[in-house]
Amino acid sequence: MNAPAYNFAYLNEQTKRMIRRAILKAVAIPGYQVPFAAREMPMPLGWGTGGVQVTAAILTPDDTLKVIDQGADDTTNAVSIRKFFVKTAGIKTTEATEDATIIQTRHRIPEAPLAENQILVFQVPIPEPLRFLEPRETETRKMHALEEYGVMHVKLYEDIARYGEIATTYDYPALVNDRYVFDPSPIPKFDNPKLDNCPALQLFGAGREKRIYAVPPYTRVKSLDFEDYPFTLQSWDKPCEICGSRSSFLDEIVIDDRGGRMFVCSDTDYCAKRQRAA
Amino acid sequence: MYVAVKGGEKAIDAAHRLLGEERRGDPSVPQLSLLQISEQLGLAVDRVMNEGSLYDRELAALAVQQARGDLIEAIFLARAARTTLARFGYAEPVNTSAMHVRRRVSAAFKDVPGGQILGPTFDYTHRLLDANLDAEPATVADEPVATDIPKVLGLLGSEGLIEEPQHVDRAPGDITQDPATFPMPRDQRLQSLARGDEGFLLSLAYSTQRGYGRTHPFAGEIRLGEVEISFQPEELGFPVVIGEVTLTECEMINQFKGSAEVPPQFTRGYGLGFGQCERKVMAMALVDRSLRAGELGEERVAASQDEEFVISHCDNVQATGFVEHLKLPHYVDFQAELVLLRQLRSEATTMQEAAE
Repeated sequence: MNAPAYNFAYLNEQTKRMIRRAILKAVAIPGYQVPFAAREMPMPLGWGTGGVQVTAAILTPDDTLKVIDQGADDTTNAVSIRKFFVKTAGIKTTEATEDATIIQTRHRIPEAPLAENQILVFQVPIPEPLRFLEPRETETRKMHALEEYGVMHVKLYEDIARYGEIATTYDYPALVNDRYVFDPSPIPKFDNPKLDNCPALQLFGAGREKRIYAVPPYTRVKSLDFEDYPFTLQSWDKPCEICGSRSSFLDEIVIDDRGGRMFVCSDTDYCAKRQRAA
Repeated sequence: MYVAVKGGEKAIDAAHRLLGEERRGDPSVPQLSLLQISEQLGLAVDRVMNEGSLYDRELAALAVQQARGDLIEAIFLARAARTTLARFGYAEPVNTSAMHVRRRVSAAFKDVPGGQILGPTFDYTHRLLDANLDAEPATVADEPVATDIPKVLGLLGSEGLIEEPQHVDRAPGDITQDPATFPMPRDQRLQSLARGDEGFLLSLAYSTQRGYGRTHPFAGEIRLGEVEISFQPEELGFPVVIGEVTLTECEMINQFKGSAEVPPQFTRGYGLGFGQCERKVMAMALVDRSLRAGELGEERVAASQDEEFVISHCDNVQATGFVEHLKLPHYVDFQAELVLLRQLRSEATTMQEAAE
């Protein structure tokens, strides 16, 4: 049988070089979507293959990896991706944000501040912020090239006209380095301020859509808004019922069938640390 | 109390064990061998090789078995294996004119040089379930059918009735190595269609026959058989035959009204795939021709003529991944929407009350 033997971190070196070239270009042009020849991975497209390929391409044997989904280390897809790298690369893993050199994430940015020696890898489903305003790639590439972002501002304005505020709560578009409007992946807009001037390198991988983009360390990321309707953060009436945090993103847990709810931190590592400290 | 998301790791392990058990089925029933699958479910194996873009019957059979007969899952397994293989070069273009033909039909002419050869086809079977599937031995010719059977479309070419096959001076693109960009040259489009989902292409092709971007097709020639694969190692300086593959090829002849620059003539649609995959290559040829609308100056009005639409959505590994990813947790985004919706509703109530 011609069963394949796998390289360190699954991808062969040819492929890793190709991905690294795309990453370098992405870092050189912050917010620009670099096309790359994404490979099939042994997990489904749309389940984080872009992030997995970026992680596989930058991973070294000395790295310590943290994988989160919805802010938590123990959600099934995070477990599955972490196991994949343990199996194919034999690297160390951690749940502690500050101990990780690479953090792969879906839908959240950790609450704890990141450092210069860390890389945050986002899994991206739809990299194009203009996609739902203009379905054609040929058009949206032109719009980016010409910095033609009027249609996005019109969309935000229409939200205000209809709802009295910008009714986008996640996937909230932002301007990177005063040039490219980009899609920060479906993180809640609550996390958008963490993108700005972040000491860690932030890499975004979209496998199915075959795009990589980046926000280099200490780069300006400004969430789109208007002078009279500034960008605002969502907040909760109650603190986390486990650790009492009033500044973290809270998940709503349904606890009975009579309308009972409890609110707890989405970032499990952050919450656990606060419990231990208390 | 707080139990919602804990235990992911244990749950995954247990689910995988259960899956393994279900895959095996009743242990008192003997397990299929890979040889049984590739010999007796040959067309399933062909489809997996085709859309998995990996010509290896044994691995494809294993994929079918591991996927419990779910062919899209099997295709996915084949792709994931393929992607890890280092490549050492490109083969010479295959010459389907020199195919060792086992089946070859033309719907455009009653008889053609080389003859009509039915070969192994379901076409004229009566679809009656047959509980006694024991095959009677077929009488097979001692000699292979002539190895150089001329292409039917070539017969039209000499009169200038059909467009010349397109030649490109550059090396063909490779959609597995370079990212797709639009507009996409035809060579890369054909590669995408070759690994595209049979069902998706079939339905698109069908839509062109029902008036959504008509192409007035005739099945000029369909052939099935084995072709040699040659490879030229750099150090050798000449190509050597390294093996053979089974291919199905379809060349459609399509009407074309002509344009300001080109007099009326027949145009071509092309389909090619691994193994025996006639439905797939016929659909591919129809969609290929449809996608040439822009190049031929035809008005683009239907989905089948829309390159970005067809190419971006024909890959079933991509499609199944993204559709099924909705099973993954989305509770952070859902939470953000809940907060907004509650706020909007409470604002609406307040405004209503104020109005009253």
